[in-house]
Amino acid sequence: MTGHWEHFEHVADIGIRGFGSTPAEAFAQAGLALTALITDLGKVAPQQRVHVELEEEDDLEYLFFDWINAIVYHMSTHHLLFSRYEVRIAGNRLQAELRGEPVDPQRHAPAVEVKGATFTALAVRQEGDQWIAQCVVDV
Amino acid sequence: MQISRLEKLDDYRWQIPRHGKMRVPGILYASEALLQAMDDKVYEQVCNVATLPGIVEASHAMPDAHWGYGFPIGGVAAFDPDDGGIVSAGGVGFDISCGVRTLHTGLTPADIRARQKALADALFERIPAGLGSTGAIRLSNREMTDMLRGGARWAVEQGYGSEADLERIEEQGRMAGADPDQVSEQARRRQRDEMGTLGSGNHYLEVQRVTQIFDEELAAAYGVALDDIKVSIHCGSRGLGHQIGTEFLKRMAKAAQQYGISLPDRELACAPIDSPVGQQYLGAMRAAINCALANRQIITHLTRQVFAELFPGTHLNLLYDVSHNTCKEEVHRVGKEERRLHVHRKGATRAFGPGHPDLPPALRPHGQPVLIGGTMGTASYILAGGTQERELAWHSACHGAGRSMSRRRATRLYQGRDIQQRLERRRILVRSPSMRGIAEEAPDAYKDVSEVVLAAERADLARRVCRLEPMIVIKG
Repeated sequence: MTGHWEHFEHVADIGIRGFGSTPAEAFAQAGLALTALITDLGKVAPQQRVHVELEEEDDLEYLFFDWINAIVYHMSTHHLLFSRYEVRIAGNRLQAELRGEPVDPQRHAPAVEVKGATFTALAVRQEGDQWIAQCVVDV
Repeated sequence: MQISRLEKLDDYRWQIPRHGKMRVPGILYASEALLQAMDDKVYEQVCNVATLPGIVEASHAMPDAHWGYGFPIGGVAAFDPDDGGIVSAGGVGFDISCGVRTLHTGLTPADIRARQKALADALFERIPAGLGSTGAIRLSNREMTDMLRGGARWAVEQGYGSEADLERIEEQGRMAGADPDQVSEQARRRQRDEMGTLGSGNHYLEVQRVTQIFDEELAAAYGVALDDIKVSIHCGSRGLGHQIGTEFLKRMAKAAQQYGISLPDRELACAPIDSPVGQQYLGAMRAAINCALANRQIITHLTRQVFAELFPGTHLNLLYDVSHNTCKEEVHRVGKEERRLHVHRKGATRAFGPGHPDLPPALRPHGQPVLIGGTMGTASYILAGGTQERELAWHSACHGAGRSMSRRRATRLYQGRDIQQRLERRRILVRSPSMRGIAEEAPDAYKDVSEVVLAAERADLARRVCRLEPMIVIKG
């Protein structure tokens, strides 16, 4: 099954969940779920590129936490929304290309500003031949 | 929540007896009806907080408590550094020093009605709101450091507002003990163009009308009368605070392990107050408090400019400014002795009672104004802190209505445009960059704030002073 994503419920906030055949694909799909909280993915042209590199010694869950926070950080500091995520994970290192465009309040009508990833429902796990990466984000 | 698991202390105070790893009991301040509607997760989270090292007396939950991260939103807990007490990044949350301030305007509802649309449009145009909006102020690294040390006092020195504002802000506008060196480069970068911005989510600026007075004497002391027009601003420390929260959440989750603190929930990430990471967090968090105070001060300045243009000669004096996501070092009486404690208030407001020495002289006899944010379709409240006779929950009270429905469910049930039109028929003008954002903040997605403040009053946490209803809402 190819990668996909979904949102899940939390009373005050909302969860993002990515599915993929590898952790990297699940991470990339969770990135799409994050953008989809803010605006329609179809409205975001993948024009500008941002490179992300992360290293987390302990485990994949902390790496996922760092990954979501890195996206939040780049959205916030570059005023970009991202609609394409290419992720590679080797050992405890992640490298990614994020593509997107500057926020246009009129066209994108951003619904929320994500403050950061949380540990709530944070999980990176394999179910059958599928990887799932998820957490609740604070909005 | 299952009431049968609680011991009733009185009609508005319920105890969770100590069990399992709890070091102290839990206390919930609420009516039976509010408790019945309260999430079971609140029970669990109150119990989890009670297991943390150095907690003093009890783990408290305010009447608006709901499921949060680690701590419940509406959670209050104090820790003693001399007893191995901890400080928790999760216990303060991401939006460090998020808070509310309320300004007098001296205007009447008729004044607003005459220019309501123009005022709504001007406020929406001038006060940056929503994702991607930026402020006009760009701070150099050095100016940022000064801001992080100086808070609202720094903002006043830069020409945003006046000296008189400062005594109407907690900590006189400047949180002592801030350590800008502990604020990372990333946190600074996130704040570079966010000074003077509202943010999004439940943050807002409202023009409100006083529709009910509960206590004439307190209202007079606070300068509030029926049909007064006030302006309330709800926002926090923006990207800088979010980044600090994020960074220390992870650092403290790892530190807790190193210090042998067993966490029932990773979100309770904490470290001993006297540890290096504990002290670094306190320094960074206090800098973020200053960032929030400076931010609200700048937004106040922008608001004053708009009012001065549309209503020449008006002066928007500050009634008060309170934060509801903080950890503060305070002296409290525990049994017969006074102890210096680190009080975490997560979605809870400090509510000093009458006579408290930290209140400015004009407010001291009456107690601290407690500003309760409501929803855009219902109401906000001003309360007065505590009573002189008893100190409850370390002088704390509720902070808002509290969500009763997830954002996702709200967007399925409501259309932003419908809500906007429905409110417009009630002569409430809503301006926001996002219709979906309005739907997510639908008034019906929140608990009844009136019941929450009534419970706070009946529980002796605070006394109701007045009710305010919105005429204009600017939402991020």
